[in-house]
Amino acid sequence: MGQLLLEATGFQKAFNGVPALKDGRFSLKAGSVHALCGGNGAGKSTFLKILMGIHLRDAGVLKRNGKEVVFDDPSVALANGISIIEQELSPVPSMSVAENIYLGREPTGFLGCIDFKAMNAQAQELLDGFNFGIRADTLMMDLTVAQTQLVEIAKALSYNAEVIIMDEPTSALGEAEADQLFAAIETLKSHQKGVIYVSHRLSEIFTICDSYTVLRDGSFVEAGTLEDIDKDRLINLIVGRPLVEEFIKENRAQDHDVLRVTDLRADRNVRDVNFTLRKGEILALYGLMGSGRSEIFDRLFGLSDETAGNIMIEGKPIKIDDPKAAIAAGLAYVTEDRKGSGLVLSGDVRENLCLATVDKMSPSGMMNSRAEAAAASGMIDKLKIKTASDRLGVSNLSGGNQQKVVLGKWFLTDPTILLLDEPTRGVDVGAKREIYRVMSDFASKGGSIIMISSETDEVLGMADRVIVMRDGRVAGEVDRAEMSAEKLLHLAA
Amino acid sequence: MEPQIKGNAPAGVAQKYTLSDRLGSQAQRYGILIALVVLCIVLSIVSDNFLSSRNIINVLRQTSINGILAIGMTFVILTRGIDLSVGSVVALAGVVSASFATTSASGFIPGAPYMPLIPLVIGVLTGVAMGALSGIAVARYAVPAFVATLGMLSAARGLTLIYAGGRPIPALTDGYRWMGTGDIIGIPIPIILFALVFIVSHFVLTRTRFGRHIYAVGGNPHAAKVSGLSVNRIRFCVYLISGALAGIAGMVLAARTGSALPQAGVAYELDAIAAVVIGGTSLAGGVGRVSGTVIGALLIGVMNNGLDLLGVESYYQQVIKGGLIVAAVMLDRSRRTES
Repeated sequence: MGQLLLEATGFQKAFNGVPALKDGRFSLKAGSVHALCGGNGAGKSTFLKILMGIHLRDAGVLKRNGKEVVFDDPSVALANGISIIEQELSPVPSMSVAENIYLGREPTGFLGCIDFKAMNAQAQELLDGFNFGIRADTLMMDLTVAQTQLVEIAKALSYNAEVIIMDEPTSALGEAEADQLFAAIETLKSHQKGVIYVSHRLSEIFTICDSYTVLRDGSFVEAGTLEDIDKDRLINLIVGRPLVEEFIKENRAQDHDVLRVTDLRADRNVRDVNFTLRKGEILALYGLMGSGRSEIFDRLFGLSDETAGNIMIEGKPIKIDDPKAAIAAGLAYVTEDRKGSGLVLSGDVRENLCLATVDKMSPSGMMNSRAEAAAASGMIDKLKIKTASDRLGVSNLSGGNQQKVVLGKWFLTDPTILLLDEPTRGVDVGAKREIYRVMSDFASKGGSIIMISSETDEVLGMADRVIVMRDGRVAGEVDRAEMSAEKLLHLAA
Repeated sequence: MEPQIKGNAPAGVAQKYTLSDRLGSQAQRYGILIALVVLCIVLSIVSDNFLSSRNIINVLRQTSINGILAIGMTFVILTRGIDLSVGSVVALAGVVSASFATTSASGFIPGAPYMPLIPLVIGVLTGVAMGALSGIAVARYAVPAFVATLGMLSAARGLTLIYAGGRPIPALTDGYRWMGTGDIIGIPIPIILFALVFIVSHFVLTRTRFGRHIYAVGGNPHAAKVSGLSVNRIRFCVYLISGALAGIAGMVLAARTGSALPQAGVAYELDAIAAVVIGGTSLAGGVGRVSGTVIGALLIGVMNNGLDLLGVESYYQQVIKGGLIVAAVMLDRSRRTES
């Protein structure tokens, strides 16, 4: 393989005296895709932010092409050929794709005016070079989330960087778009670039990466080539203990319908949705991005303006036009966007856990802090939420623990039906398993779950039954006994 | 093939909390309070009069009106809103309530033969009504708060001038004037009102369900909605509160002045916003306390008083106040990005 593009040793970084990174090491070769693995809180983000010049390291040596360097500003990192595709997208929605790609470095012509023609041509060439199938003059706001992600990727590549960092690049992509991304990565490899790849989806790592480095609790654990290890071994390294089985599923669906939905309509042209949910069942809604999965949840939870269709709970027709009514009917909804609609990030753990039960806990209008504290600490124990205290700001928790806080909030409402939209997105393997355990327990005790997941493995591992969505309609229904990845994909595409 | 690099990390770097770190973080947390204390110490050194009980009471009394407005503003800003109309509502509530407490009835002005309580209730209701209109625009019709209350700023001022016929309402009854000039065991009524408003607001925000809702709506309205909170109702209510407190402030001002002026309260919203911002409440919503706002209002009051005592012209005072507002927010920002 090629020369050493980047070599980091002994990276240390502490925030307010709390070490986030104690011994970060990493080396990247030209023409390779190197997976940076670790659970939430392992120090990956801190490590990447040092590479990008956002944080300044407290100690450690960074060599770029053999020369020692310090990046004290993102522009310095960029000038050194390091570019990043961030997890959180930051497009300017009202501008075109080309304008977004060349934002701040637009090609100029006469009198310093922007040469739109040249810019569009350059951008189109770039997009076509990776077969993204996006027109450079479309407005960003007209793109899907997945296309937006691809544009961000094109933008990062347009800097002609030698080192490209990808932080969870597929978290918003469907399988087809992910394949486009992987093809782009292969192209980069053949151009002798180095890619640092971060993803919680281990199957992806084995598909696209050739070497790995594992961090745990801020320290280097192991590095090597992926050919030499298997998935179990990698999980083992990441969580620091052997993991017996990825999924936990002990529930069994009972012969009793809890929820019956007929002729339901939802936003984005979702219609004719019919299904039933049984007691103790985990039902999965499967489909590509934009197939209307989340819209069904929004409709069931009273977050949609659409009202057509019938919802029956325990045989009784019920009208749900706002979340309050949904909660009263025993529903709970863990949304896809944890930070956007799940958590109040300025609040602490306790406030977030009690958010949906504030009214229940304050019958007289006064908050009862003792009852709140008891409820919060009960949930922290039950879900094994790792937090120093229930008064800690929820923004300080790792992704997995934040997700458990959202789950805990809903368990406090004593629901009978859980709607889980991508419940393990951005969550590390250890916390994932605990979420599966919680799901299994809930269903075993007679609760019912509808789950949306883009990870086929997760659907196969957890669901009793799958409803496959395509273009806003139900395309088919598959029982656990007949489930296979091929069958699901075949119905969905 | 790449070489296998194996090994465990060396023992974690010992956590070090140096004394200066700790002092630093405390100084940041109580920055505004410390600034206030330092300012008071400096003023007590350079001016003999500053620490006299008369002057202290004077500062508090001068601060009370802005303080009451700023507390209402805190409720609004906590929900990511803003209320630009409070200065105009001060004037309107002052004029309307005073019209029921004047001995010179004419035109719209009904005059004085009312129980002393009637004008008070009417003053508060006037503020509530204006707040309700802003609140409906913001919560029900999704008009941006800046625009809705900018409209109210103009409309309420116009209503004030129409109602009062452009003239002050003089000759207020003694009972009404007591609100601005009276005292209980030597403490002026405006200060007592300010303190009561603070205590009640602090209690509401920290101890009640409604307070919790306000923080949740300001912190993340989407999450609040999904969690079953009535986001629009809460947004509506904060404008009611701001309006009611503007009504109280308007009456205190009229009572202190001795007559209700239709031009009263111009630009008061700016001082109120300044106090909230200096007090550390985030304009992005969800973060802040009324205690911070009170300190912010006191800081502005003490500074004005100190500059007066030192004989600095009021023109200069405005420049200094402007600098202070920006400096306070700059301090706040740098603290947040560091942690």
